Amino acid sequence: MMSEAIPNLSAFDDNALDRAFAALKQQAGEEAAALTSADGLEAFKLRWLGRKQGILTEVSSRWLKGAPPEAKKAVGERFKTLKELIEQLREAAEGAGPTDAVLAAEAIDITLPGTRRLTGAEHPITRTLNEITSVFAALGYSVGVGPEVETDFYNFECMNFPPGHPARDTQDTLVIANQERRPLRDRLLLRTHTSPVQMRTMERQPPPVRIVIPGKVHRNEADDATHSSTFHQVEGLCVDTNITFSDLKGTLDHAMKALFGSSVKTRFFPSFFPFTEPSADMQISCIFCGGKGCRKCKQSGWIELLGCGMVDPAVFAFAAEKQPAYDPKKISGFAFGMGAERIAMMKYGVSDIGQFYVGDMRFLGQFA
Amino acid sequence: MKILTKWLRSYLPELPVSDAQLAEDLTLRGIAVEGIYALGDGNGSLYEMDLTTNRVDAMNHYGIAREAAAIYGVQISPLEVVLPKPRPSGQDFSVRIEAEGACGRFTARVLRGITIGDSRDWFPGAEVATCFDLLEQKKISNAVDATNFVWLAMGQPTHAFDLDKIEGGIVVRRARKGEKLKTLDGVERTLDPEDLVVADHAKPLGLAGVMGGWDTMITSTTTNVLVEAAWFEPMAVRRTARRHGLHTDASHRFERGADFNAGPVASALVSRILLSNGGFIEGDLVDVRVPAWEARTAHRKPVSLALSEVHRILGKTEDKDGITAATVESVLTALGCELTVAQPDATGWLVTLPSWRLDLEREIDLIEEIARVYGYNRFANTLPAFGDGLQSLPWAESESAVRGTLLAAGFHEAIASTFCSAAEAALTAPQPGLVVPLGNPLSEEAGVLRPSLIPGVLAIVAGNLHRDVSDVRLFELGTVFSGTTEKVDEHPVLAFAAVGTLAEQSALHPPRSIEFHDIKGVVEQVLSRFQTRTVYFDRFPSDAGLTPAWLHPYRAARVNADGITVGWFGQLHPTEAAARKLKDPVLLGELYLDRLYKLPLRKPSARDISRFQPVRRDFSLVLDKSAAWEAIDLALAALAIPELVEWRAREVFHDPKIGAHDYSLLLGVTFQAPDRTLREEELQSFQSQIVAAVAAAGARLRT
Ligand SMILES: [Zn+2]
Repeated sequence: MMSEAIPNLSAFDDNALDRAFAALKQQAGEEAAALTSADGLEAFKLRWLGRKQGILTEVSSRWLKGAPPEAKKAVGERFKTLKELIEQLREAAEGAGPTDAVLAAEAIDITLPGTRRLTGAEHPITRTLNEITSVFAALGYSVGVGPEVETDFYNFECMNFPPGHPARDTQDTLVIANQERRPLRDRLLLRTHTSPVQMRTMERQPPPVRIVIPGKVHRNEADDATHSSTFHQVEGLCVDTNITFSDLKGTLDHAMKALFGSSVKTRFFPSFFPFTEPSADMQISCIFCGGKGCRKCKQSGWIELLGCGMVDPAVFAFAAEKQPAYDPKKISGFAFGMGAERIAMMKYGVSDIGQFYVGDMRFLGQFA
Repeated sequence: MKILTKWLRSYLPELPVSDAQLAEDLTLRGIAVEGIYALGDGNGSLYEMDLTTNRVDAMNHYGIAREAAAIYGVQISPLEVVLPKPRPSGQDFSVRIEAEGACGRFTARVLRGITIGDSRDWFPGAEVATCFDLLEQKKISNAVDATNFVWLAMGQPTHAFDLDKIEGGIVVRRARKGEKLKTLDGVERTLDPEDLVVADHAKPLGLAGVMGGWDTMITSTTTNVLVEAAWFEPMAVRRTARRHGLHTDASHRFERGADFNAGPVASALVSRILLSNGGFIEGDLVDVRVPAWEARTAHRKPVSLALSEVHRILGKTEDKDGITAATVESVLTALGCELTVAQPDATGWLVTLPSWRLDLEREIDLIEEIARVYGYNRFANTLPAFGDGLQSLPWAESESAVRGTLLAAGFHEAIASTFCSAAEAALTAPQPGLVVPLGNPLSEEAGVLRPSLIPGVLAIVAGNLHRDVSDVRLFELGTVFSGTTEKVDEHPVLAFAAVGTLAEQSALHPPRSIEFHDIKGVVEQVLSRFQTRTVYFDRFPSDAGLTPAWLHPYRAARVNADGITVGWFGQLHPTEAAARKLKDPVLLGELYLDRLYKLPLRKPSARDISRFQPVRRDFSLVLDKSAAWEAIDLALAALAIPELVEWRAREVFHDPKIGAHDYSLLLGVTFQAPDRTLREEELQSFQSQIVAAVAAAGARLRT
């Protein structure tokens, strides 16, 4: 087949030779320019440079060897030029890699969405609890937990709830069955706050104590958009010599700035809890309007966030039964408690507290 | 509670501030004004107020006025009124407190010749008609309105009887079993010795401190009246009110502690209002007191207070001078305390407590009052010194490793109900019979403490599917409960469930349904975070009763780590799926984390990577359908060839061409030595050992 690639030369004058070689040069140039693939390059090399049947071999064996002696020099010179050209074309084709045409054939749709390995989302409450505990960890607070089923003693009595206090009523507290015949302080119930862990910690460990207690709590109440019978609290306790009300204020002010941003302000109002005295409610400047007043803060510029106070000496007296170092004349302390749901609702714009427990994948996926 | 500023100002002629400023100053001192409504026309404002339960003394106009007087240091007018001289009576009206443990004081005053009529503004300090109109309170009659007015003025309950219906005199006593009383609400009640009653010499007249009786109530024809103003013990009133399901203004106050000294003042005010419409007083006020109660309320022992203690608890103020002895004295005096200097340098006092503040008992209570009236927001923000070392929970790191593994596998974290129904508990409890019921559950579906996280996780899966969310992958890290109603144990558990497709979203590849081995992979990854010696999965014959009832008996696995069962997983039992109307197979499981948390977390350790070429070989095996991969796995492990560094089941085919009872398995193995290139003879030897081992395990080479 290759034998047909070059014509037979009938004349060997310069004109005829120039024409014949020019035709081959043009052909090689065109073929090289049309190369689109590695296979094409291989075919090109075989066709022009092949040792047995390549065009250069043909030219050498037919035109050069077949030339009359007086024309051999002229053919030889032109053959050398052709060979150099072919080598150049080969080198160029090999060095340049695939041409644009080759690459264009490999085009893909980069606008299609990326393939995603979906990761799961931490529950917004877990996330909130972790944020709060890490703010206090940075202030030197350890993390403590306790049982969800508590005794009346730990949930109420040692927290200085008097007998007959309304919170002790089964209308407010979920209780374990068949407790009626047991002594009041041994009766089992679902803890209504994480405060029992305060006492469990103090009984185990003499002062100083700095602890935050995240946990699930339960109340016997109907669910609505902002109340849930199950919710989560973070309680904090700091006991040492010389812990003061101004320390309580400063600690919470610092923590709120860490949680909600450095421009947040705090203010404190007298309140009442059986286990603290003085007791306070703390408000933060509205994180939605910066304190100017909006619908979220009922135009007040403030949002009520947590309850706190100085640990009541009566609570220390209970702790001192097991750890005499809790002498209210020598040590003092403060405690605070906040609802994780409320904070999560504010931080993430959740409008219905029930969403936290429905487990709707679409809701949870927003926190990934 | 509604409060009129006009009424407040009648007690505080020098009050220097606007209604709005007063509201703010009260609120900052814990006397919360929730709303202010202007009443126009010189009528001042109406405050909507909400006070904490300990401040029952301030839940009335005079109580709020006392707070304002303390805040601004202004005078407050006394409540006492001057009554006309009584006409002498032949004999004092008879009052006897039989139940001395439950009634501390009982005052009675006899008024005769009274005319029952409409209320008016009777005299300065008794503008009954105006005040009731501004409060939008219905006027009933001068007698009923007088007791209500005194209630709103000073928070002291009083009662007016039709004197002519009383036989003999008054006895405060426990009710007798089976006694009958028709109360003012028209209800006929059967009494019990638990009830405290105000009785005459023949019959009970009313529930003491709770509600009066029907038969002795004031009517339009009443002319002779007995005015009662008493002090009842909180628990006695509470028990009576609760037994009858009653909650009245009077019971609310007595349950939280009334002012022992308020009775005579209140009685005088009621009497003067009634007498403004005619009539006269007969005899002196009958005032029977129980000394023990008087000592515990009106004449309490003074409390000692040290200025150093005030500073030790309250700390720094923004103002440099802070809380001085003068601050303490002025605040407490304004609140009705009497201070005597106990230490000559005026840094300590003996404080006599006011009779209306039963919430004040201890030094700390006084310190709170000082902080409150001084103003919480005038204290500085300080930080305590940093404490000792930090302790984290022993299993915090393990829990976060487990959570991280599930999140990475594409499972969302959920929080489900702590409770489930007794039926679900019976189905899922790892230890049947140790399910703990609630005494007052919110509903039957939430009747017991969950013994397993499976019911909650399943409810969430079903909820998603029923809302047309078809891909569900979620987990919960929560507490489960077991035990008895005497003792309840709590354990941390992981549960997970998946239905639908894998956690991959691609436009280029079809989604793949989640199957058993996907969640097995998740379980393996969780276990791989811990330091274990042996981990294996097994299942039991369906009739052995060992597989949890919620699992498909042939698609369930027990997880065993270091010889201990740490969980179960698999496909939801088709019966349970049908009962919950779940069409697609749900894959789910539960790991007992307390057992897993006993294991240390795996610490990564590096080994040198051999620089010599690994050699990979595949073996196409045919096995009987009853033969499990585990047999091959164990056989290869038993070879103990150090250069056999890895083997895997690369693919499993079920092809009828192989044989109805057989399946084909592509086994991939890797040989590698740390110190040399493996020679062909060595490889030949390894391969024949492998062929022999898998043959002994029941596999043959596919030809
Ligand atoms: Zn706002």
